[in-house]
Amino acid sequence: MPHKTFLAFILPSALAMLLFIALPIGSVAVQSLFVEHTKVLRKVQSCTPFSCTEDVQVDEQATAALQRQEPLGSFNGLGTYTDRAHLAFAEIAAILGSNAGVNDIIDRIYNLPFYRALVFTLAYTFVVTPLAMLLGFAIALAVNAVPGFVKGPVIFFSLLPMIITPLVGSLMVYWMINADGVIGASLQTLFHDPKLYLKASPLLTWIVIFLYGIWTNGPFSFVVFYAGLQMLPLDTLESAMIDGASRWERIRFVVIPYLAPLATFVALVQLMDNFRVFEPIVGFNSQASATSLSYAIFNDLNGQFSQLFGSAAATSMLTIVGVVMLLLPVLVRTWREFNRKAA
Amino acid sequence: MKHVLIATVAAAAMLVGCSVAHAECGIAAGHVSILSNDFDALRVLAAAAKDCASPTVTVTANQTAAHKNLQVPALTANPAEYTVAFVANNSISPLLNAGLIQPLDALIAKYGQDLLPNQFIKVDGKTVAIAFDANSQHLFYRKDIFEKAGLAAPKSYEDVLAAAKVIKDKGLLAYPLAAADKPGWDLGAEFVNMYLGYGGAFFDASSAKLAINNDKGLATLKMMKDLTQYMAPDFLSYDADEMKAVYMSGKVAMMDGWGSYAGAVIDPKGPDPEVAANTVLAAAPTVGGGATPAASLWWDGFAIARNISDADAEASFRAMMHAVRPETATTHPDSAPWLIKGFKPGAAAVGVIATATAGAKAYPMLPYMGLLHTALSNEIGGYLQGNKDAPKTLADIESAYDAAATQGGYLKD
Repeated sequence: MPHKTFLAFILPSALAMLLFIALPIGSVAVQSLFVEHTKVLRKVQSCTPFSCTEDVQVDEQATAALQRQEPLGSFNGLGTYTDRAHLAFAEIAAILGSNAGVNDIIDRIYNLPFYRALVFTLAYTFVVTPLAMLLGFAIALAVNAVPGFVKGPVIFFSLLPMIITPLVGSLMVYWMINADGVIGASLQTLFHDPKLYLKASPLLTWIVIFLYGIWTNGPFSFVVFYAGLQMLPLDTLESAMIDGASRWERIRFVVIPYLAPLATFVALVQLMDNFRVFEPIVGFNSQASATSLSYAIFNDLNGQFSQLFGSAAATSMLTIVGVVMLLLPVLVRTWREFNRKAA
Repeated sequence: MKHVLIATVAAAAMLVGCSVAHAECGIAAGHVSILSNDFDALRVLAAAAKDCASPTVTVTANQTAAHKNLQVPALTANPAEYTVAFVANNSISPLLNAGLIQPLDALIAKYGQDLLPNQFIKVDGKTVAIAFDANSQHLFYRKDIFEKAGLAAPKSYEDVLAAAKVIKDKGLLAYPLAAADKPGWDLGAEFVNMYLGYGGAFFDASSAKLAINNDKGLATLKMMKDLTQYMAPDFLSYDADEMKAVYMSGKVAMMDGWGSYAGAVIDPKGPDPEVAANTVLAAAPTVGGGATPAASLWWDGFAIARNISDADAEASFRAMMHAVRPETATTHPDSAPWLIKGFKPGAAAVGVIATATAGAKAYPMLPYMGLLHTALSNEIGGYLQGNKDAPKTLADIESAYDAAATQGGYLKD
């Protein structure tokens, strides 16, 4: 393709990407370098129906004047990235400086909000992605084997978890695992343990959220793999059958190699999706046991009455860096395969 | 002839009707638009303000739990998107910080004859909002269970602990207590209540520097944890509404619930009439031998936006004066513990009134209180789960607050 044609071909999408992806990210990056300008405080007497007290209020005019001088806020450099709510350099240095062994280090780092969120986010991503893909693959194989007349309904039911809004889905499961809910109460009876509360221990909460994640992410893998199965080379499969290959051997040596590129694609999408896990944390009321990077951003922007834009922007940038690092191996592999094919 | 007569009478009636509506609010023309949170008392007032609508006066209301995210941008616009903002102790701060609401003293002098002096929310001598109801968390307990266990009414959190132990030991209930300990908003509020009960101060007198890292802070955390041993193991996932649901289902004997839903809890037409009939609403307990109830008092009120025309400000104020007139309180006595003149508290208001008269402190109306509230909510969960000790938790709250207050421009590095 001549360069000019190529340019004309990709120009609209390049422009759209610049406008809708690069610009917003750039603005978030700039925002993350600023904090709110210093508020001018003054002592006032304030009275409520209950009492009068000496209080501190913001001197709005002096503060507004500052705001006009510095509309973006005051420049903080990378200060937000290194503060306690994010990478917490000072705290980590202190922990590494004096500690009581590896367990103590892990405990204390895990206590820092960013790392607590990061650990859960990574755990969720790496547990849910492969298991959801496996589940999706298994469903695809099963659906492919059922007779034609039940295929429609079976596909519909397999897709249900994806059709339900994630927040609504997680709320439904949340009520079911409640001690009064159908799952929670059944488990208590099954294990003869009235103290078994799925929402009580962090470990059980994690497991429940993982299972929910697998349930809700399975259908995406299923759809893609099922589409892939429709295009399997039938003659290869038939010759494998003539050679006496069992069903498992056909899957292992024909189906899986054939679907491998699709799996790379599914893994890419699912890694990105799972890394920004958010709804189950809200739905399961699990803030005490599990938070994620996206939840940290939400928490900054949905504060009591003030939004910490700089802090949220810094977490967003760190999330983007995380996604890039996560996808790097997959991207490198795709690049190599592309080069090999080209060669 | 008869028809003409009927038509004339009808027309006259309509005329009278119109002029009555006008006479009630007395507004010639203007726009009134209300932004508010969404609960019963506020719905009553917004509906009352809508009485003032006429061909020349428009009255609209947006009642949503997302009001806190809307209020600053909507009132920053010029002209402001809303003329009236319903506010409370905490939600008024961002509006004051940005200078988005106007002093009401001139309007009060002209139209505020029915207001009581304690309804005025004053900052630096200027009235910035008019309060119309009070709210607080206070004790709800089941007198039938207390009678069965042979217990007296609990006056302090120490009594609550002792009572919970007896109820549990006698096998009356597995988990006698419920609290709203969900990290997010509720858990922070529980700390604030208890810490006020111990008589603690949150900040240095004249700056945003935190001052909770002391014995009172430690005692507060310890009491919060001691209470959890009598709660269902998943106590960290209960917010105030879920706590209410658990209480109303009869599974617990005591909770530190909100006055704003006391009416629903004691409603004999509710889900369990037995629970409703046996519920006693009492003042929030004291703690640690102190005399102050471990609760924070809240007020709800209204403020008028700054960026609107004088005519709209006047129309809005008069419409609100119509809404908070004494009849509103007498026709809806159970909607809230009103601060309105002539209000005779109903059965649902006794808990809040007992808490207020026992000398509970107001939730601080400070610009950086919200940041502390978030830090409390985020850091205390790990302590209640047993992952860290109390001194470490207080230190964590302090560092989390410092990071947020630096972001917000209240503290310097």
